[in-house]
Amino acid sequence: MSAPAMSMDTGEAVPTRGRIARAVRMQSRIGFAMLAGVLVYLAYAWFAFDVSGLIASARPERAALLATDAVAHKVHVEKSLRFGDVVIAVEGERTATYKTPPEWVDIDGERVRVDMGDGYTALIEGRTVVLDAPDYGRIRVTATKDGVETELPSGEQPDWLRATDAKFDARPSLAQRVQVSRAKIEVHRYFLGWENFFFPFDSPLAALSFGEVTDLVFDDRRLNPEISNATLVFRSFWENPDWQHGNVFVALLETLLMAVLGTFTAAFVGLPLAFLAARNFTPSGALRFFVRRVFDFLRGIDMLIWSLIFIRAFGLGPLTGALAIAFTDTGSLGKLFSEALENIDRKQVEGVNATGASKLQTYRFGVIPQILPIFVSQGLYYLESNTRSATVIGALGAGGIGLMLVETMRTSRDWENTLYIIILTILLVIAMDNLSGLLRRRLIQGKPD
Amino acid sequence: MNTSPFHEELLRMKRRRQLYSMAVVAIVAAVIVAGYGQANSMNSGGFLSGLQQFFDYPGEIVVEAWQAGPAFFGLLIRFLPALIETLNIAAVATILGGLAAVIFAFLGASNLNVWPPAVPVARRLMDLLRAFPELIVALFLIFVLGTSPVPAMIAVALHTTGALGKQFSEVNENIDRKAIEGLEAVGASWFQRMKFGVLPQVLPNYLSYFMMRFEINVRASAILGFVGAGGIGSELRRTIGWGQGSGDETAALFLLLIMAIFAIDQASSWMRHRVSGGGLPA
Repeated sequence: MSAPAMSMDTGEAVPTRGRIARAVRMQSRIGFAMLAGVLVYLAYAWFAFDVSGLIASARPERAALLATDAVAHKVHVEKSLRFGDVVIAVEGERTATYKTPPEWVDIDGERVRVDMGDGYTALIEGRTVVLDAPDYGRIRVTATKDGVETELPSGEQPDWLRATDAKFDARPSLAQRVQVSRAKIEVHRYFLGWENFFFPFDSPLAALSFGEVTDLVFDDRRLNPEISNATLVFRSFWENPDWQHGNVFVALLETLLMAVLGTFTAAFVGLPLAFLAARNFTPSGALRFFVRRVFDFLRGIDMLIWSLIFIRAFGLGPLTGALAIAFTDTGSLGKLFSEALENIDRKQVEGVNATGASKLQTYRFGVIPQILPIFVSQGLYYLESNTRSATVIGALGAGGIGLMLVETMRTSRDWENTLYIIILTILLVIAMDNLSGLLRRRLIQGKPD
Repeated sequence: MNTSPFHEELLRMKRRRQLYSMAVVAIVAAVIVAGYGQANSMNSGGFLSGLQQFFDYPGEIVVEAWQAGPAFFGLLIRFLPALIETLNIAAVATILGGLAAVIFAFLGASNLNVWPPAVPVARRLMDLLRAFPELIVALFLIFVLGTSPVPAMIAVALHTTGALGKQFSEVNENIDRKAIEGLEAVGASWFQRMKFGVLPQVLPNYLSYFMMRFEINVRASAILGFVGAGGIGSELRRTIGWGQGSGDETAALFLLLIMAIFAIDQASSWMRHRVSGGGLPA
């Protein structure tokens, strides 16, 4: 959009110095008054939102926890005191249990020695765990019949440690954790990275390097006699139960589908209606008034409300989202197009008319070329912003990646999954942003004329 | 001069363009038809069966609101604080985000020479802030700060910074240089050049974009309430989730939200017309 040119009042008398100074003073006074008003309003908002209460009750440790969990995975070494067995599993999930212990866990009969990294070690022996913390000392915790008994070294007790009669919980750093209750002893060690991102833990592919997997794809000997190795690799990845790449991909497509369908429908329904709402194409004032109120109605009932109504009627899914977008944007695009139609240059239309063109030809050569750039560029702008909207109304229940995102956040267990979906969502939005920008430039500015 | 090769070239170009247009129209039509088929099959309810019950829910709401009688106006008043909270979220977010956007816009405009190395940095930052959906930021902040309007406010403000910053910097880049050059010629400082040469040119457009953004933010704040940020959205989630029997409350909330959006729409278009003197397309 171009800035309005400054008007030059050449006809007026030349203003005096004093008048200019007064005008400038007046303007800066208005500016200060507005600034003061804004500050007063913000002060009111501070109390209305109870910001001080919020700061007091904020839990910044949750942010650290979330950040750690989003980029790292933990491995549980868990000893059940009821059955006496030791299980080592990624995130404590039964599908991701180590068959042979990793090299940082040393099992020797009843003694289990866990190297927790950074010099911390935990030694589990019977119902007792001995935790060696390099900056504190040796902590001895024993699980009894009705609780836990903790022996701490002398000196001040660090704040990463909480010991009661029922539970012992120590987290010396974000990367290590020991928990003891009367039922079990749990030692967690964190490792950087997303575990099992490509293949599930129990798949024969999980332990292989990238090169080995590539070799396998081109190897004729089949790992699974039923299907080719390439299919096996793809399926293991696509149907990975932790990361659900297949489902995530489908959800992304659903979101994109909502945005594309919604925008296209709105553009193609809005255009003919826009002719009915434009003063220079529809002489009937009553009809114009009616069509404009329809546009206002469609826009005024928010996308949020449309999608809630459509969910009731059509259930969850991309159709609901697409219709919600289409209804709202028919109102917005229709209004924009009708304004563009009212602003067209009459000369071009008259010129085409003067050559004896039919009504249809007049539209084709006199009107359409003038509004086509606006039609295309506004349509693309809306497509881009609707990709974002589609994730949001998806979260309300229309489905797609938005719903998936909210669900992983609600369970707030595997933040790495949430982060994965966030990254993909942002990549989708950026991709649509760039695509629509590229098309806009090619179609509107790149025209050789 | 022989014009016939030129003429042929023109005809060829015209035919090619027609071919392109036909292809684009065909692709778009195919996408729409196939897309609706696909979307319909992915939806949990079908389109045709849904069409029959399309008016059931709105009808239910209207009937319950009608049955409530004069008590309906009581509901409107009862939910007014929730509406005010949503409006507050939007207003504070637009103000804070708008102020940040002004700074970003000056840093990111290539013609104002604020500090040339900052131009690409400011632009990329604005792109990033825009690309991040508000919903994600809000959900994250709700997790850390607890349920409150503030996470939604911050999320909307961050998005506003990116979105308005880009529009503002485009306004900055389109200004008329003559005013600045004139001020430079009389020895004005950088600050004076900005104050007397740039601000008067850009302020009307700023205000117009600012009002449009406020409108958008009211909707965004209402939606964020739906995922737990307070305001009218969370009331809506409660009454809709309640299922049977709260249709009158839902109707009251819908009515309040629609009236608020309509009022802001009218007020801002009136203001835009006044400020821009009708010269700008609204």
